[in-house]
Formats: sequence, structure tokens, C-alpha cells
Amino acid sequence: MMERSFTRRLTAGLVPAVPYLWLGLFFLVPFLIVLKISLSDPAVAQPPYKPVFEWSDIAGFLSGLDLENFELLTQDDLYFRATLSSVRIAAISTLLLLLVGFPIAYGMARAPERYRSLLVALVILPFWTSFLIRIYAWVAILKPEGLLTQALMGIGLISEPLDILNTETAVYIGIVYAYLPFMVLPLYATLEKMDDALLEAALDLGSTPWRSFWTITVPLAMPGIIAGSLLCFIPAVGEFVIPDLLGGSETLMIGRQLWSEFFSNRDWPLASAVAILLLIILVVPIVIYRDVEARRLEARP
Amino acid sequence: MRRAFAPWSNPDAKPLIRFDNVTKRFGDAMAVDHLSLNIFEGEFFCLLGPSGCGKTTLMRMLAGFETPSEGMISLAGQSLAGVPPYRRPVNMMFQSYALFPHMSVEKNIAFGLKQDGMPKDQIAERVGEMLRLVQLEKLARRYPSQLSGGQRQRVALARALAKKPKVLLLDEPLGALDKKLREETQFELMDIQHELHMTFVVVTHDQEEAMTMADRIAVMDHGRIVQVATPGEIYEQPKTRFIAEFVGDVNILEGHVQGQENGLWRVKTASADVPLTIDDPDEVLHSGQAVAIAVRPEKMVIQRDPPGPNALNVLTGEVWDIGYLGDWTVYRVRLATGEILRVTRANASRFVENPIDWDEQVYVTFAPDAAVILAE
Amino acid sequence: MNRRLSLFNVTSLVIGFAFLYLPILLLVVYSFNASRLVTVWGGFSTQWYGALFRNQALMEAAWVTVRIALLSATLATILGTLAALALTRYGRFPGRTLFTGMVYAPMVMPEVITGLSLLLFFVAVDLDRGFWTITLAHTTLTMCFVTVVVQSRLMTFDRSLEEAAMDLGAPPLRTFFSVTLPLIAPSIVAGFLLAFTLSMDDLVVASFNAGPGATTLPIKIYSQVRLGLSPEVNAASTILIGIVTFGVIAATLLTKRSALRKAH
Repeated sequence: MMERSFTRRLTAGLVPAVPYLWLGLFFLVPFLIVLKISLSDPAVAQPPYKPVFEWSDIAGFLSGLDLENFELLTQDDLYFRATLSSVRIAAISTLLLLLVGFPIAYGMARAPERYRSLLVALVILPFWTSFLIRIYAWVAILKPEGLLTQALMGIGLISEPLDILNTETAVYIGIVYAYLPFMVLPLYATLEKMDDALLEAALDLGSTPWRSFWTITVPLAMPGIIAGSLLCFIPAVGEFVIPDLLGGSETLMIGRQLWSEFFSNRDWPLASAVAILLLIILVVPIVIYRDVEARRLEARP
Repeated sequence: MRRAFAPWSNPDAKPLIRFDNVTKRFGDAMAVDHLSLNIFEGEFFCLLGPSGCGKTTLMRMLAGFETPSEGMISLAGQSLAGVPPYRRPVNMMFQSYALFPHMSVEKNIAFGLKQDGMPKDQIAERVGEMLRLVQLEKLARRYPSQLSGGQRQRVALARALAKKPKVLLLDEPLGALDKKLREETQFELMDIQHELHMTFVVVTHDQEEAMTMADRIAVMDHGRIVQVATPGEIYEQPKTRFIAEFVGDVNILEGHVQGQENGLWRVKTASADVPLTIDDPDEVLHSGQAVAIAVRPEKMVIQRDPPGPNALNVLTGEVWDIGYLGDWTVYRVRLATGEILRVTRANASRFVENPIDWDEQVYVTFAPDAAVILAE
Repeated sequence: MNRRLSLFNVTSLVIGFAFLYLPILLLVVYSFNASRLVTVWGGFSTQWYGALFRNQALMEAAWVTVRIALLSATLATILGTLAALALTRYGRFPGRTLFTGMVYAPMVMPEVITGLSLLLFFVAVDLDRGFWTITLAHTTLTMCFVTVVVQSRLMTFDRSLEEAAMDLGAPPLRTFFSVTLPLIAPSIVAGFLLAFTLSMDDLVVASFNAGPGATTLPIKIYSQVRLGLSPEVNAASTILIGIVTFGVIAATLLTKRSALRKAH
């Protein structure tokens, strides 16, 4: 009997242990390495940084690390501007996503029961098609000779081609388009669970629909709003593809900086420093997101 | 409840289930408090009590889903400590029925038999037997989502009985059923238990259920057992005020003991002018002691005309409320002290001339042996 | 629930879904456009589909991408399901906070960070970049999505079903396989599909971790897109859309059919 329970406890212990070890190895350890490399200098060698870690010479290794890259980041105001601009663009995009996504989620939640899973499937479907290609479709729509201009000129609303592509506006459109399911689905999940009786009670007690919306619906939807917003804001700050394809050279985003440091300049240590910088900016929202999700886990019985 | 069956009164009888000073703590809260109990083979036993009294926890410990913090539980003389639920000869019928939604009725019932490695043809036979027992032969291939509440309950019962366990635990078995169905099922359960010679342990907060079905009832409160007795004893000889009030309706009169006369107690109360005469010889009381007297509503007599001069235990009051229930009439009588007595009377004849009406002055009496003196 | 759709609701739904589907419709339409240019409709033609299949490089990249996606999605599903079980069934175990963090962080972490960090890791352990590094990277990235989907289902799972199974004699492992798993299977499949899609679609992490001989479809497409819009890519995405739509319809029909069968 004792033997059985030992093997049982062993197999039971494997369940958390296996993913834990995997994540520890492939998620946590890499971050430590990024930190180390951000403290290194570029080198024309393979790997393209020095010092390289040697067990035999730990003292030498540690003395070779310095904060040179971080000094560079603070000196060159390019990074400062890119950071500000990334946070700004991500924040505005998130706001736009809320404005666009909330009515959609609300409409879905109020739809008759039998249509709801269909609507959810329709929201998720575009997601199964290539993200890259969908963004690239917007290039076709937004460029000066593109479809949007053609359509608007055709109905006579404008007389000159629209210059949207390669501007920040295009980036906003792109981010809203790409991230919409990430905003709509958490919102929908929260709104769908809402008890209609609460709204009816408010109306019965004399509150107008507009007032009830702000005093009842919105506060109750808050968990969904927060989850959706974080789910969109955090990755948007570090977004690369959308500003690269739709934004112009003036659209400064820190994800692009990281990419170009790495691929164009081949400066791995500097790229790592940028990554650390990005992490520092995002650590607070990430921790908040983790707390929100963890609390959701505890809340349910 | 069967007259001749009373193994608990036999001092040589060995209990099937023994709870020995069992305690269960959840953090700081004590769900079960040093509880000891014996349940005998073939009993239809009920654990009765309000929510939070610990009855469900006690049952789950017997099933193996919780382990006692202290104390021991034994089945047929063998300790159950360390025995996981899938190795106990105990089966449970869950309150929510817990039918496997992805299996048909047949497969649900066969599940436990499959775990034992029973050969296929034997399983089929036993499943057929169970289906006949609960009268669901035609629904063998259906899925739980296609059954009514009552049908699901019977599948849950059949599934739990399929392995012919030594003990069947039932967690609020009738809670989800409507009134008519509940009554029918109560008797069905008793018949099944009798036919199969099994030991049933039912957990419920519904005292009517307990009273109808049980051979013995254990009334629990705050993790402890307050009284273990047959339904009749619980009803007519409640040990405490809690039990008297929890099981059935009761009138409680408070007063002080004056003395004893011819083996009968004299108790002075504010409710009546003359001290009450109570026949409860088992009580040991001293003069001046504060007591509570319990009288069941059906044991009180309500009348318009004053009772004779030698009548004992006469209370006067005004009819406050009348509730006509068809088979009974309930009178609520307000005494001069403001207390309200509940008196019931069977409507034994179809026509009553000049029935008692609201606001009438009436007399309420009860016999000396109709009352019980309660310990607090 | 008695809910009615107001005009506002209907309008927002229509506009919202139109917005979502417009670019997709566009791609499909233009994959049949004989002209290369978006601005000119040259007539209906399937020439780009032919060109697509003759485009060796693109086809090879597609094949590599599918293999990586299948492998990483399978691994991610197993790991993600284990993680979901650990989070919902194991109460407080040592290191739980860190575990929760590691599980949820990849979901929101910008891909440039995860891509770079994994690459640096592979360089440090001297692992050659290519098929396997991309697979490992994708597994790590997508397993958290599987966890979220499966964990969400596990939380609404009725525990008394497992207790009933154990009460009837099934030890914990058998209970998991005969009761729990069949009932959470749909969400595990959904998690797999999610992981598969994310892997097929990923550009950034793959770019950081690619090597000679292992170019994925998104990397190929990206390089072509920078040079100008290529209609073969339209054809490829139309095919993809077609497969996905077909798959979703098939799945819905299958679930409806099995529900009907159970009724008889």
C-alpha cells in the first residue's frame, strides 16, 4: 500500500513539475541571459558579443560586464522618444479598441441565445487566417491608390487621394483590426454573464437607460474591460509587424528599434538592452494582468 | 420504521459502522466535534440537522472524501483509515446525482461494475436487474440530458446500488423533487432498502423525510449529536429544546418548578393562573429550577366552553389566526401574556356546527402526560 | 434570457463584422484578379493559384511551417493541459505564484522580447538554429494559450462527477481518463487548434530563431511583402481561409450530428 501511494504521488507530482520545468528552462532562463547580454559588448565573432561565459573564469567574466549599453540608451534620445511614442500609440489604440469593441461585445451579449455561439465563432474565424496577410490587405486598402481612396472618390466624398498609409493613423487602424478579438472576447464573456434582472431593477427604480448603462453595466463589466485592455495594451507596446508594414519611417516604436538593432546593426547587446528597457516599462502592467487572472482563478468555486 | 427491528437495543449486537470520537477541522472551524455513533446493519439511518451542522462532512468522511482530523471510523470492525474512496464497500448517491453526461443510462449504471472487472455478461445482467428495480428498463440507452429530474434520481440510485455495497449513503436524496414525487419516492426507498437488506444512511435537513423513512435518527447541531433515537422517541421525547423545535411544531411554556406531588411535577408559569401539572417521571428536578415545557400542537385541546372544575393545565386566550388545511385546522391562540400557542385539530367530521371563529375567547387544555419537560 | 437587440446593437454588430471581414473578402476576391494591381480588375483568373503551386520556395516554406506547427501544437497542448490541471487542482503548492506568472506572461509579452530571449538562450547552449529551435520557441509561446482555454473549462467542471467515479471504484488515474478527459476534450482540441494557428502565423519569434534551411511561410511572405504585393500570397491565403472555413463548418456539423445521435 505504501509503495502504491508513493508512485501515485510521484505521477501526481509530475503534473505541475513538467510544465514548470519547461517554462523555467525556456522562459525564465532566457530572460536572465538577455540581462547578461545587455551588460555585454558587441564583438565581431560568433557569438557576436563578449565576454562569453566561461565556468573557468567567472571573475573575468563579471569584470567584463558593464552598463555601457544602458548609458547609450539614456544618452540617445531616440530611445526615449521611441518609448514614449510606443506607450502613447498603444494607449490610444487600446482606447480605440474599447470604443470599437464594446458595442460589438454588447451586441453579441444581447443577441438571442442560439446566435451567440455563431457570433463568437465569427469573431474568432479571422483569427485562424494569417495575421500577416490580413495586415498586408490593409496596405492594399490604405495606400494612396488603394481601395479606400477609390471608394471614397467614387462616391464623391473626397477629391484627392488619402494619405493614410505610412502614417500613425494606419498603425492605429492596423492595431485595432488585429487586436479586436482580444478585446471583444473578454468583454463578451463578462457581459454575457450579467444578470438582466439588475438592469431591469435599475429601470424600475427610475434610472434612465443611459444612466443605468454607466452605473450598472459598466462597473459590472469592469473585469472584462481590464482584462481586455491589458491583453491589448501590453503586446501593442512592443508591436513590430504592424508599424513596420503600415507605419512610415516617422512612426517610432520600440519594437521596431529592437528589430533593427538586432537584424540591421547586428548589435545583440544593444538589442538586449532595449528588450530589458521594454520589460521594465511593462513589468507593472504584466504583474497587474497576472494578478487579475490569478484572482479570477481563486474567485470561482 | 419497523417495530420488531431494533438491534441498537441489543447490548451484544456489533455495529456495522462505528464513529469513534471523530473530529474534523477545516482551518479554525470545527465541522465535526468529537462525535461517536454506532449504526447497525440493516438500519435505515438518518442524519438530520440544519445546514452547517456537520452531517454532510460526516457522511463524506464515511465515503472517503474527507479524512478525520482525529478519531476513527470503522466498517464491520475494520478501520477505514487510509482507505481511499475507490476501495471502500460504500457507495454514495449524490445530491446533484452526478450522472456522467457522456455515458448512457446503461453505461452509468455499469461504471462501478466495470471498475471491479466484472465479466461483460454479468454486468449486463446486473444492469438489467437494477433497471427493473427502479423501473427504468425502457430508458437504458438514453443520455442523462434526456431524462426528467425524477428519472435521473432513479438512475443515480441504480448506479449506487449496482455494486451491492454494504452501506449506501444518500445525500439529500429528495431535495430536488416536487412534493408528490417526494412522497412516492420516500416509500419506494424504504421498500428497496428492505428488499435488498442494505444499510442506508441518509443525510437531510428535512425532518419530515427523516421521520417517514428512518429506523433511527441522529439529530446534529454544530458538529455534535444531540440525540439518537427512533422517530417516535425523537418526536415525543425530545431531549432538548433545539430538538423539540427542529422536529415538528411545538409550544414551549417557560416556568419554575414548584414541587412534586404524587409523582407529578407542579410548574408555575406566567401563561396560566394555576401551576401546570406535568407527568414526566424521568426528570430529576429541584424546587425553583427554571424549566421549559414542550407540548405538541395536536396534543392540546381547544374548546369554547369552559372545562370542568377538576381540569388540569387550563390556558385561556383569544383566537388570533385560523388556518384551514383540509385535513387539519390550525389555531393560533394568543394568551394574556402575549404568547401565541399553536393548536391543531383534525377535521374528523365533514360538517361542524358553529365552528370556532376569529377573536373568540377559548380554553386550551392538555393532559399531564402530553407535555415533556426539557433540559436546556 | 429575454434579450432584445436594439437598432444600435444591430448596427454595431453589422459594422463590426464588416470591418473584421472586409480585408479577408478583399484577399479572396483579388486572388482571382488577373491583374497584379490592386487598383485594376483584370478579369477572373486562377493563374495565381498555378503560380503558387509552382513557387517552390513558397511551397517548401509552407511544408516546414505545417510540420513545425503540428509538432509544437502537440507539445503545447500536452504541456498546457498539464499546467491547467496544476493550476486548478493543486491548490497551494510551493512556487505557485511564480508558476502563474510564467504561465500568463507569454500571453501578453511582446513577441520581440520572447523571440530575442529564446534566441540568446539557444546561442548560449550552442544549439543550431533551425527547425527544432523554432519548434521549441513556438511550444513555449503557445502553451499558455492552451492553458487558458483548458483551465477555463476545468473551472466549470463539476467535481462531483469525479467523486462519483471514485466512489464507484475508479482510482484517480482511471477517473481522469474515463470521466474528466472526455468531458474537457473539446476545450483541449480548441487549445490545440489555437496553438496550431498561432504557430503557423508567427513571424517575429520565428524570424529570431530561424536558421539556414528552415524558413517559415510567414518569413517568406514578409520578405515578399516588403518588395510589393504578390498575388500568389493572396492565393495562398484564400486557400487557407477556405480550409479553415471548411474545418469550422465540418466541426459544427459533426457536433450537431453526434448530439442528434445521442437523442436516439
